[in-house]
Amino acid sequence: MRSHIRIRGRFFSFRSLYEVMAKANEEKSGDRLAGIGAESELERVAAKALLAEMELRTFREYPAVPYESDEVTRLIQDALDEDVYREIRGWSLAQLREYVLSHTTGPEDLRRLSRGLTSEMIAGLAKIMSNMDLMVAASKIHNHARCRTTIGILGTLASRLQPNHPTDDPDGITASIKDGLAYGVGDALIGINPVEDTPNNIRRLMEHVFRVTHEELEVPTQISILAHISTQMEALRAGGTTDLLFQSIAGTEKANRSFGVTSVLLEEARLQLRHRNPRLGPNVFYFETGQGSELSSCAHEGVDQVTLEARCYGFARIFRPFLVNTVVGFIGPEYLYDAKQVLRAGLEDVFMGKLHGLPMGIDVCYTNHMKMDQNDLENLAVLVTAARACYLMGVPMGDDVMLNYQTTSYHDVASLRQLFGLRPLPEFERWLASMGIMHNGALTQSAADPSCFSEWCGEEECRAHGSQHCHA
Amino acid sequence: MLTDHSIVMHDFDFVLEQMSPNRPFFRNPPAIGALKSFTPARIALGGCGCRPFTRDVLRFRADHAAARDSVMEAVREDFLGRHGLVKVCTQAADKEEYLMRPDKGRRLAEAAVERLRALYGRNEPMLVLVGDGLSAAAVEANLDALLPSLRLSLDQLGHHVPPPVFVQFARVGAMDHVGDILEPEVVIFLIGERPGLQTAESLSAYICFRPRTGTLDADRTVVSNIHRRGLPPLEAGAVVAETADRILRLQASGVRLGMICGQ
Repeated sequence: MRSHIRIRGRFFSFRSLYEVMAKANEEKSGDRLAGIGAESELERVAAKALLAEMELRTFREYPAVPYESDEVTRLIQDALDEDVYREIRGWSLAQLREYVLSHTTGPEDLRRLSRGLTSEMIAGLAKIMSNMDLMVAASKIHNHARCRTTIGILGTLASRLQPNHPTDDPDGITASIKDGLAYGVGDALIGINPVEDTPNNIRRLMEHVFRVTHEELEVPTQISILAHISTQMEALRAGGTTDLLFQSIAGTEKANRSFGVTSVLLEEARLQLRHRNPRLGPNVFYFETGQGSELSSCAHEGVDQVTLEARCYGFARIFRPFLVNTVVGFIGPEYLYDAKQVLRAGLEDVFMGKLHGLPMGIDVCYTNHMKMDQNDLENLAVLVTAARACYLMGVPMGDDVMLNYQTTSYHDVASLRQLFGLRPLPEFERWLASMGIMHNGALTQSAADPSCFSEWCGEEECRAHGSQHCHA
Repeated sequence: MLTDHSIVMHDFDFVLEQMSPNRPFFRNPPAIGALKSFTPARIALGGCGCRPFTRDVLRFRADHAAARDSVMEAVREDFLGRHGLVKVCTQAADKEEYLMRPDKGRRLAEAAVERLRALYGRNEPMLVLVGDGLSAAAVEANLDALLPSLRLSLDQLGHHVPPPVFVQFARVGAMDHVGDILEPEVVIFLIGERPGLQTAESLSAYICFRPRTGTLDADRTVVSNIHRRGLPPLEAGAVVAETADRILRLQASGVRLGMICGQ
């Protein structure tokens, strides 16, 4: 690579490929915290120019973390489609950007291209794309996956119903589930973040959510309890059940180890679930990621957070997940400072995930110690919907009472479908129609009323309220 | 109107209820009442088209505003004086730097090191620290009840602690640096949690046996969720004191304490 460049009378030199990669990023506080970000706007552009000129083969030959010492690198490199790679290895990144954005490059071309790209190439590409480039390119990519239902279908915007409760109370969880379903939310997944990560509690939650979702309300969707994978495995062994195996993943082997995850453990979990329920799938994983998690666990290996995030997707695609979700605004201002940085990261992640071939969703969110508010969240939700993210979160009024952060609401999911003319996943929409909640893709007058499920869920609620059981 | 000088006090919640006649429609209102009683989540709100009603939007905005303010505000000097807290500062120069540089929030400033050395003896069996952390409101809302309750409980257990130290702009790891300087046996660190919309006043107590630089987070025992509607501060004082007493007796905290108690 050329390591020196003169630009507008200034002279910049770079010592390594990953110095160029880091400095080509749009401004992120996490890169600054790691001491690897660009020192000036001109240096940023200089790095982008050097990057755009590089051939794809460079990224294959110089992965961010050495092949010998990192299983994420090995998995990404070994799974590459050599035929596709051979055709494109001489392209520059600039050429790749122009190919991806071209009118004549369609969804099928991008699906094929994806197989010949390493995560480092995809990260490099994102760094030389503007926000609208990222949206236009991402919107052209359609990735499907199937568990109980199919996600990623053209013209749909799916949602994860996230009915968390501060004490894992089953009645409280049921209340939020019913509320979400009444807004048409929950087609991708009904998934709980548990307070207590113990096998007993996770089995109890699995059984509860399974009973409400699959037995009482018969909702065509997936369930998952977002405990550590080893806790889920113990809960399964103890008789629990789930549709999707959840795990947070990272872009280096070292960071994955700090999360208590290896590829061997994930494969073991998959076999265990298949044994438990052979009819599920073939896609049974639900992964969560987010820029900055490697640095926060001191395992970033000197690499910038966009490149590491791309490697999360490279690791994820080996396991053919049903859902991947970037929890973009959860990490805090020392990694993503404000709404502008979160917005950029959200668009990068959706694009990079989709180009990896993943059914990509995003938790558009923020914590209260960040410079971001509800208006910023709504803006980003619109942008990622324009980029055709597969699904978003749905939480009552966006206020998660267990994780103490704000994400998209049931109202937001309904609003985005209305704005863009998108629909829930077809199997789920048929169920909504049968419940009178949706008609021809629009919410009915009967929507947004969680009491419409009262007759399906037993009589305990009415008794608790001291009145006769009332079939409306 | 302009000549009317009467003063009218409006209550926010009253204003929210009065501002619009629109209410969500439910076919089965008793069932809704029951559902709402099961969770603090903002369920069964209904709305205008696919957007929420005005009152629900404004209530949400008020909760977020309170949370934001409590992150950026400082604990008042007279409050520190009233509780006899000795104030020191970390290497973070202000709230902004505190948020952006976790490393600086874990180390005391040079002046703070000198002040601690001058005012405190080494090898105290127990030391109490207070930090604003991510919520000044959490400190001001809980300490009036928590601190006397904690000191009384510690006294009853035979632990007479020196005046508590207030560490401004502190991360949890600041207790390790204090540990390096004064080499106490047990440190109790009361620190404001990241505020949520349900409450901006939640405080945590991190209790650690011989915290020193390099101590793992897994080696700290945490009593979290201390606030009016969680673990009330008066009760928390006794819980924290008993936990600290056990940690001192068993010479272990965090995961190690759990392992000892589990055996």
